[in-house]
Amino acid sequence: MAFSHVVWLAVALPLAGFLVNGALALWRPEAKRLVSVVGPGVLLGSFVVSLGVLVELWREPPHAPLVVHLWSWLPVDRLQVAFAFQVDQLSTVMLLIVTGVGSLIHLFSVGYMREDPGYARYFAYLNLFVVFMLVLVLGSSFPVMFIGWEGVGLCSYLLIGFWFADKVNADAGKKAFIMNRIGDFGFLVAMFFIWRTFGSLDFAHVNERAAAVLEPGGAIVTAITLFLFLGCTGKSAQIPLYTWLPDAMAGPTPVSALIHAATMVTAGVYLVARTNVLFALAPVSSTVVAGIGALTALFAATIGLRQYDIKKVLAYSTVSQLGYMFLGVGTGAYVSGVFHLATHAFFKALLFLGAGSVIHAMHHAYHATHSHEDAQDMRNMGGLRRWMPVTFALMMIATLAIAGIPPFSGFFSKDEILAAAFARGADLPVFYLFYGMGVLAALLTAFYMARLMAMTFMGQNRTGEPERAHLHEAPWIMTGPLVVLGLLSAVGGVLNLPHLVGGHPALERWLEPVMEPGLRITQLVMPTGSTEYFLVGAAVAIGALGLFLGFRTTLGRPTPPAREAPADTGLSLVLNRKYYVDELYDAVIVRPLAWVSRVVLWRGVDQRLVDGVAVNGSAWAARVVGGGLRLLQTGQVGVYVVLFLVGALWILRAVIR
Amino acid sequence: MLLGPALGLSAILFSLGVAGVLLRRNAIILFMCIELMLNAVNLTFVALAQLYGASGQIMVFFVMTVAAAEAAVGLAIILAIFRHKQSVDLQNINLLRG
Amino acid sequence: MTQTVFYVFAAFAVVSAALCILQRNAVSAALWLVSTMFSLAAIYVLLDAQFIAAIQVLVYAGAVMVLFLFVIMLLNLGQASSDMRGASSVAATVVIVGLLAIELFALWRYTPRRLASEISQAPAFADPATVFAAGQLAQQDAAARGVVGGLAAPLFQIYLVPFEITSILLLAAIVGAVVLAKRNA
Repeated sequence: MAFSHVVWLAVALPLAGFLVNGALALWRPEAKRLVSVVGPGVLLGSFVVSLGVLVELWREPPHAPLVVHLWSWLPVDRLQVAFAFQVDQLSTVMLLIVTGVGSLIHLFSVGYMREDPGYARYFAYLNLFVVFMLVLVLGSSFPVMFIGWEGVGLCSYLLIGFWFADKVNADAGKKAFIMNRIGDFGFLVAMFFIWRTFGSLDFAHVNERAAAVLEPGGAIVTAITLFLFLGCTGKSAQIPLYTWLPDAMAGPTPVSALIHAATMVTAGVYLVARTNVLFALAPVSSTVVAGIGALTALFAATIGLRQYDIKKVLAYSTVSQLGYMFLGVGTGAYVSGVFHLATHAFFKALLFLGAGSVIHAMHHAYHATHSHEDAQDMRNMGGLRRWMPVTFALMMIATLAIAGIPPFSGFFSKDEILAAAFARGADLPVFYLFYGMGVLAALLTAFYMARLMAMTFMGQNRTGEPERAHLHEAPWIMTGPLVVLGLLSAVGGVLNLPHLVGGHPALERWLEPVMEPGLRITQLVMPTGSTEYFLVGAAVAIGALGLFLGFRTTLGRPTPPAREAPADTGLSLVLNRKYYVDELYDAVIVRPLAWVSRVVLWRGVDQRLVDGVAVNGSAWAARVVGGGLRLLQTGQVGVYVVLFLVGALWILRAVIR
Repeated sequence: MLLGPALGLSAILFSLGVAGVLLRRNAIILFMCIELMLNAVNLTFVALAQLYGASGQIMVFFVMTVAAAEAAVGLAIILAIFRHKQSVDLQNINLLRG
Repeated sequence: MTQTVFYVFAAFAVVSAALCILQRNAVSAALWLVSTMFSLAAIYVLLDAQFIAAIQVLVYAGAVMVLFLFVIMLLNLGQASSDMRGASSVAATVVIVGLLAIELFALWRYTPRRLASEISQAPAFADPATVFAAGQLAQQDAAARGVVGGLAAPLFQIYLVPFEITSILLLAAIVGAVVLAKRNA
């Protein structure tokens, strides 16, 4: 057991990378060659460690999670929190996703960010992000996980606002940070509850004792899980805290791929899977999780229909797919949720990196002709297939995967989630509704992805005559990672092949030791036989229908370039403006809060009460008292003697009886 | 044994010393009043030494030494002030006033 | 007999002190203070403190008061105008000193017996002879070794360190006085 015990190396390597790159960013920002080696290099090192851990766990599956105790972090009376890492099947899966996809995205960034002056700073942040993400997935207790939870939020903020000279980007970073704080509040409250209930914050202890300590469906476990889920809605961009994620697209595209698609935003799903036994004990919370997931999946998918910015489409797609994952874990199909997390990490990272490749080409073209057109607006693209065949082919794979067309990876994971929701409907009819929403969202997903592909790669080119000459395929350092991700997206389904196609669900068996406590309580029976065939057939049909409709409507009529496009009206406008949710939040929460802050808190409390009464009032009191006492200080010895004697008399009166 | 009367006498002398300090403005006379108060206290020491043994008298010995030192330094200060202000009237000495 | 002598000298001391604080002339005030000190020395003898009485005359009435007179005459303050404070100060003085005298004069009623009963923990053993055994021992000691010997033994044994510190204090006072009084300091 060598690798499992040095799992901290997987964290230490990116940390070292962060320190080196951070130092270079401060003192030698022009040393790009060194940064290009250190940045991705440390990640590959972490990936090797993760692979080693995987192999070890494969050979000798441990019965209990292996806890690597590093140091005692919070030894306060009964609260004993160790800084320790937990190596088990679930954290190994996450470890591989984070370091594997992370390595590919780091490599891609070498090409994508090459010309950016903040190259070293970028890699420093990216390395730091991986450090915190690994702390998040490896933490053996809630507080250690919370370090990672907060750390990835910080890095997300830093990277969204990476080009902070533009105020919009800085604002997007702030928005993400602040909305995440709301969720973090929920996480903290949940931790307090857990501490009160269990007297410990270690996952192992909580998972082991949960069934004995907590009353199933009781108020305490419901409160704990709902607060945990509030944390998840913030971090994983679910209703009502999802609005920061589309804005987070202000960051560099590889960042969107790594943080806002593949890893950080799935932390909420990971948290639910990690505490599956708690959620299994709280059916109400689980239903809420599934309901919010289904609603988010559908809601975000509808917004994705009418976005023109290629990254915005993908952002809403991410929100929607995260909704699927929550539908899965809320249903009790924890393995399916994690499975979808993994496949989504592959194909969504691929989509984002492909979009990055497109934007890279578009940006170069517009840069060469000094045009100020929007390089991310799909209406300015079209027909790029001709110049970027590799990117097109790979993104097509990802599109088929996300649309749920067999045998691509997304089909298996999404189908499992929908089947689980359908099966759950037998116990709770409301899950039939969630299933319906999921199917509808799948249709819309296929539709908007077809629209994206059609607008970007097919039809007439709308980039502009002079720019067309500058369009080109991305360099190998960028397409290389795309190819690997394409491969994973295509065959990722083998991770958990259902019995239906003669496979055996490897991931399910692999994760069984972790998920078993929760699964034993939920007792979810997956459909078999004709029902299963029906569900699969329906899912495939829906996906194919969506793709067909998407390609047909988009290619059926010409798309005008962005500068000539007519304004959206009616429902399109509502969708394009994202249902005006941002405006609603602004009117209902932000403005009243700002008004209260300005009028009540600033002018009332701060200026009148704090400044007026407390600060100036105490100064005034001191001046009045001092002015009175000053009259005694005549400088005449006689007066002092009199005062002294009065005091002496006072004391004598007490001494002499 | 003359305990009560001696203590009473010392009370009267001490009060007279205080009265002098309060009534006079001449720094040297003030000083003499302080010496008077010290003497009153010495009298109580001696009176109580009848009961408590030699320690009281040794305390008087020390008080006298301190008083002598105080007189020497105090009078030197008064001399310095007089040189500076041509007066030993406390009304003219208000350097303590900030 | 002792009582009578005591009251005579006590009256003399009080009158001299009163005249000391009321004399306008600083030289007369100083001389009345010397007179007070002489009567106090006599009273010390009545209180079995002959050695203290001697140094009272030597140090106080002799050295210290002579120093005072020197300074008074050096500054030529003999014929100063009245330095009494105003009516309000006199009123304040009467009140304060009156209260002080009333409080302190309560000590007049103390006898050894009463003091013993006040400081003794157990009222049954409030006999002054047992409570104040040290005083009687000192008297026996003085009778055996003489007054000076009875005083010297504790002074150079128990109180040796304070005694030495006193010598340093005097040295410091000498240096301080010289520095302060020197012209062109």
